[in-house]
Amino acid sequence: MNWITNYVRPTINSLFSRREVPENLWTKCPECGSMLFHRELAENHNVCTNCDHHLAISPRERFTALFDGGVFSEVKVPEPIADPLHFRDQKKYPERMRAAQKTTGEKEAMLVAEGEINRTPIVAAAQDFAFMGGSMSMYVGNAVIAGAERAVKLKRPFVLFSAAGGARMQEGILGLMQMPRTTIAVEMLKEAGLPYIVVLTHPTTGGVTASYAMLGDVQIAEPNALIGFAGARVIEQTIREKLPEGFQRSEYLLDHGMLDRVTHRKNLKDELTTILRMLTGQTPAVKGDLPKPEEAKAGTPAPETAEAAKKPAEG
Amino acid sequence: MNYLEFEKPLAEIEGKAEELRALARKSEGMNVEKEAAALDKKAADMLKDLYKNLDPWRKCQVARHPDRPHCKDYIEALFSEYTPLAGDRNFAEDHAIMGGLARLNDQPVVVIGQEKGSDTKTRIERNFGMARPEGYRKAIRLMDLANRFKLPVVTLVDTPGAYPGKGAEERGQSEAIARCTQKCLEIGVPLISVIIGEGGSGGAVALATANRVAMLEHSIYSVITPEGCASILWKDAERMKEAAMALRLTAQDLLKLGVIDRIITEPAGGAQRDKDAAIKAVGKELAAMLKDLSGRKPADLVKDRRQKFLAMGEKGLAA
Repeated sequence: MNWITNYVRPTINSLFSRREVPENLWTKCPECGSMLFHRELAENHNVCTNCDHHLAISPRERFTALFDGGVFSEVKVPEPIADPLHFRDQKKYPERMRAAQKTTGEKEAMLVAEGEINRTPIVAAAQDFAFMGGSMSMYVGNAVIAGAERAVKLKRPFVLFSAAGGARMQEGILGLMQMPRTTIAVEMLKEAGLPYIVVLTHPTTGGVTASYAMLGDVQIAEPNALIGFAGARVIEQTIREKLPEGFQRSEYLLDHGMLDRVTHRKNLKDELTTILRMLTGQTPAVKGDLPKPEEAKAGTPAPETAEAAKKPAEG
Repeated sequence: MNYLEFEKPLAEIEGKAEELRALARKSEGMNVEKEAAALDKKAADMLKDLYKNLDPWRKCQVARHPDRPHCKDYIEALFSEYTPLAGDRNFAEDHAIMGGLARLNDQPVVVIGQEKGSDTKTRIERNFGMARPEGYRKAIRLMDLANRFKLPVVTLVDTPGAYPGKGAEERGQSEAIARCTQKCLEIGVPLISVIIGEGGSGGAVALATANRVAMLEHSIYSVITPEGCASILWKDAERMKEAAMALRLTAQDLLKLGVIDRIITEPAGGAQRDKDAAIKAVGKELAAMLKDLSGRKPADLVKDRRQKFLAMGEKGLAA
C-alpha cells in the first residue's frame, strides 16, 4: 500500500537473502573437523580435501561440475497442484515450502537437466536433500517422469542422483503414490532400451529407495552414503539390539550385493561416461581435453545431438 | 469382543444388558427382557452413532482392530481350492505374505496378501503382517506365474508396513519393494486390490499398484503411520490424533483424491462385529472388479494401470 512495504522492505530483504556471497567462507568438515575454504571445497566437488568425506552438493553445483563446460539446460517439469491436502502440522505446508525455497534458492527438491558429459549426451536429475529432506513430492514425481520422457524423446540415457528421507508426508498419500508413478518412468526407459543409472548419495532412504532409486540398470553410490529403507533408530527399537558399524552405508551395501559400485565423486563423471558409452555402443570417450567452464560459457556451446557428440570422440 | 477405547460407553451398556440377563437366568420368575431390550436398543443406536462419523484416528484403531477379518479369513471364505505356494527361491519363506493359486467363483486366480495373525502364536509367526524382502520376492514370483498362465491377480492388503529389521535391510528390503511395485505395473493380467485393514506405506504400495483398488469403509492407507508422522513433524508421538487428521488417510478422502476406485461398506460397527458380512461384501466387490476388467488385452491392462497412476494428483481436497 505504501512505499515502505512495496519498495523498502523487499529491497532490504533481498539484501539479506542474497545468496551469491557466502555468509561464511569456511566450512567445517563434519567428519574430520578440518576447516575448508569455500573455493577449495567447491573445486573439490564439495569433498573434504583432508579426509575425503563427501559433503552435500546442490543439484545445480553438481550439474555445473558434471556437464561439459558447466553447460546444461533445464528440463521443464509440469507443475502439480500446490498443497493438495491443506496440510498443517506445527507449521503450514506452504510456509515450509517457502522456507525451503528461500534457503535453497530452488523451487523444489529435484532439478532435471540435459547436456553432455565428456561429449556424451544425457538427461540427468538430481535431488536436493536441503529442500525438505529431498522428500518425494508430486513435483519430484513429475520431475522423474519428465526426465524419463525427455530421455526417451532424445534417445539419451537417464542418470539420476538420489538424496531423500522418503516420501513427503505433507502430501500424504499423494507423496506415497509417487512410488508407482516414478516406477512408471523407469518402465518407459526400459521399454525404450535406454540405460538408467542411479547414483545414490547421502542420504537416500524410505519410499525413494523403495522405488526409482533402486531400479537402475547400474547402481552406483558415493562413499559412505546412508542408504536404506527404514531408519536405523526404528530398526534398533524394533529388534532391540545395536546395529553393526557401517550399517546401511554404501560400502556395507556393496558387501551385501545391493550395489554395483561405490565411486568417489571426482571420478563419477568419467565412470558414468565409460559405462554409458559401452551400454549404448559408442566409441570410447576422449576425456580430459574439454574446455573449462569459464571458456565454455564465453565460447561455443556443447554439441546437441548424439551424432554430433560422437564425432569429436572419434577424431 | 475387544472394545476400543472410544467404545467404552458402549461396552458399559452392553455389559449391563448382559448382567441383567445373567441375573434373570439365576433367579426364576424374574423378567428383565423389557429392560434388557431397551439397553440393547440404546447400545445399537450408540454404535450406529459412533461409527457414523469416525474421526481419522478412530478409523486407524478400527482398521487395526485385532478382531477384524484378516487376509486368511477372506481367502478361506471366498476362495476355493486355495493352494498356497511358498518361498522366494533365494532365501526363505515369509509367512507375513500368504499367496497361491485359488478359485474365485470357479475362476482360477493368484491371490496374494499380508496376514497379521490372530493370536500371539500366529502373530509372531506372521511377523504381525510385516513382510521381509522374501515376502515381496515371493509376491513377484507369484505375479510372474499368474502372468505366464494368464490368471488374474487378487491382492489383499493389510500391513503396518514392511519390516524394519537388520536382515531385511541387508537383503535389500527397498529393492524388493521397488521390484514388486514394478512387477505390478508390468503384468498383462488383471490386477485388483482391496485394502482390508491397514495400508502401511511402501509395504502396501508393493501389492496395491493395481488396475482397481478398493478399500473397506474403515480401512486406512497412508504414507506413514500417524504415530511416526507425529514424532517427526510434531516431535511428539502422542500427537497421532492430529497427524491422522492431517494425513487424510481415510477411504473417504482417498476416493475424493482419486487414489482408490471404490469403497466397500462395512457392517454396522465395523467389519470386526460381523466378519461374515464384511467378507461377503469384499467377495462381491472382487467379482465386480474382475468382471469389469475381463476380456481386456494384456497391453491394454498395462496401459490402464499406468494411466491410472500417472493421472493421480490432479485432484486435491477442499480445506
